[in-house]
Amino acid sequence: MSAPVSTMSRVRAWPASPYFTSLVTVVLLIAMLGAGGVAYRGFLSSQVVFNLLIDNAFLLVLAVGMGFVILSGGIDLSVGAVLALSTMLCAWLLQVAHWPAPAVIALVLLLGAAYGGAMGALIHYFRLQAFIVTLAGMFLARGLCYLISVESITIDNPLFVAMSRTQLMLPGGFISPGALIALAVLAVAIWLAQYTAFGRAVYAIGGNEQSALMMGLPVARTRVTVYALSGFCASLGGVLFAFYMLSGYGLHAQGAELDAIAAVVIGGTLLAGGYGYIAGALSGVLVLGAIQTLIAFDGTLSSWWTKIVIGALLFIFCVVQRLLGATKK
Amino acid sequence: MSGVSVLPANAEHGNKPGVLRWLTHPVARPLAALAFLLLVDLMLVPGFFKLTIKDGHLYGSLVDIANRAAPLMLAAIGMTLVIATRGIDISVGAVVALSGTMAAVLIGGTMVIQNGVPSYVSRIPMGWALAAAFGAALLCGAWNGLLVAGLKLQPIVATLILMVGGRGLAQLLTDGQIVTVYYQPFFFIGSGYLFGLPFSLYIVAVVFAATALLLYKTALGLFIQAVGVNPVAARLAGVRTAALTFFVYVFCSACAGVAGLMICSNIKSADANNAGLLLELDAILAVTLGGTLLAGGRFSLAGSVVGALIIQTLTYTIYAMGVPPEVNMVVKAVVVFLVCLSQSPQFRALFVRRPA
Repeated sequence: MSAPVSTMSRVRAWPASPYFTSLVTVVLLIAMLGAGGVAYRGFLSSQVVFNLLIDNAFLLVLAVGMGFVILSGGIDLSVGAVLALSTMLCAWLLQVAHWPAPAVIALVLLLGAAYGGAMGALIHYFRLQAFIVTLAGMFLARGLCYLISVESITIDNPLFVAMSRTQLMLPGGFISPGALIALAVLAVAIWLAQYTAFGRAVYAIGGNEQSALMMGLPVARTRVTVYALSGFCASLGGVLFAFYMLSGYGLHAQGAELDAIAAVVIGGTLLAGGYGYIAGALSGVLVLGAIQTLIAFDGTLSSWWTKIVIGALLFIFCVVQRLLGATKK
Repeated sequence: MSGVSVLPANAEHGNKPGVLRWLTHPVARPLAALAFLLLVDLMLVPGFFKLTIKDGHLYGSLVDIANRAAPLMLAAIGMTLVIATRGIDISVGAVVALSGTMAAVLIGGTMVIQNGVPSYVSRIPMGWALAAAFGAALLCGAWNGLLVAGLKLQPIVATLILMVGGRGLAQLLTDGQIVTVYYQPFFFIGSGYLFGLPFSLYIVAVVFAATALLLYKTALGLFIQAVGVNPVAARLAGVRTAALTFFVYVFCSACAGVAGLMICSNIKSADANNAGLLLELDAILAVTLGGTLLAGGRFSLAGSVVGALIIQTLTYTIYAMGVPPEVNMVVKAVVVFLVCLSQSPQFRALFVRRPA
């Protein structure tokens, strides 16, 4: 007699559990892939899923960095521009300055982290709004791209070309080294968020900065680190993007910051901060990628439907989050 | 750049007599920055201040700058109110694209031969088309307002939805193509002249005057300020916070809608993909430059208009100096950083402590 009741209550408690929206995203992703498989021949192959990862590796890395920033209650609008600047720096250092590839990659990653960290310091120490600081950071990074070169620079470095061409065989298809790097980043990020003091501090600051401060958590260090991490991820995204496109250009990845934010929100992270999972970045990115793939498979729908669908999804997820938040209080 | 450090100490002490009081006026700093830029132009560009009258129109760099800044001034006026209530509206560019395309698609312009003379007629009466475009902008504003005031979403997220989706809708309207308008009367909005001055400036003047009247001669300005300073306190004091927030977003979108018509009419076409791209950022920049606090509360309508003029003059100066226009973004970024820092009490404290 009591078993059904407890099941019922457990079902009712579901929406309140922290992983509910993340779960909704996974269900949505499976539904989209399933619907695609029913509607279009050849859609439901493992290679299509691998391609989602290959094409969106850079976005996944961006979304991971953005995930940390949003969990800490901030926002980073500069990631797309930092990505573009990184591709530009890579291209310029390789093609014009003729640096060795590993040194270029190391320097670009370091600069990205420093760039993010500097913005984090401005945000924290001068109490500036994250939104406006990173907005200015976005302008600055895009402007610096054009200072390097207004034209696109093609990369023909052997390492970059090899990274672009290599196909790692997997059962059911192949995957690019870039996608593998992105997945590794995701794994490290999940460990960082879930199992380290840093991760707990990020959640605490996002939940309530005052309380975090009173608990004696290193708020300043954590916040600067979060933005540095996002800057690092953005520049790594830039390196992956350079692998993928084999060029550096100031117009690369325009609006990628919005895609990254959308992926994080769709992945179930609350924009107010302190609530959600880094792993949601993966499902969010895959959902965005699946929308594009579905529209590409259809062939009759035009590309702007992607924007409309992403807007609609954002809306639905924000409202769902809002309503869930409301019922909890 | 100059406006930042012009008045470090004076701004703190309010009741100085005479000239000092003048200097501490909120619009003084942006005006000083604008004056500085104009001074640079005076030295760098020969004949910068020269105004000539050709065919009964006033021509000159100053008129050109003001004319080109018109859409931005409108967007900045709308954005000022939103930011004053602690909000932000990043969908301005999408609304510009949407209203512009709406007007362009509805007006279009087909050639008809009348008495052997080819002329273009509007697809539907222009008044209706303009009303539809304006209505679309109002709808966008209502949508934003509903999400922010009704569903209590964070403003940046709420308007992000329209920012992403709105441009998609605009492209849907035009089928991804650039729609060209051939109907003559429509061009008047963006490039017509009235009494020797660009017509767009009259639109800005009317919108500015109406908004200023509404804000400073009614209690609305006070209410908006109250919501910006402390939303909870304002609500407890009896201000209808939700209705006010809703209004502010509708107003902002309405301004963006008119700006969209202006841009569309000026370039005689509607480009759903690129019209008003990044205009929201420029508008936010203009508002910040104008002395409005991003944290809400303190706002200056005139300051925002001056801010928009600063941005346009800056662009003009950079072009005039022969620097690649792409550098513009770097300069803008540096200006934003400096203005933000100058608004930060923590940053000021660094300098106040030292002499003591």
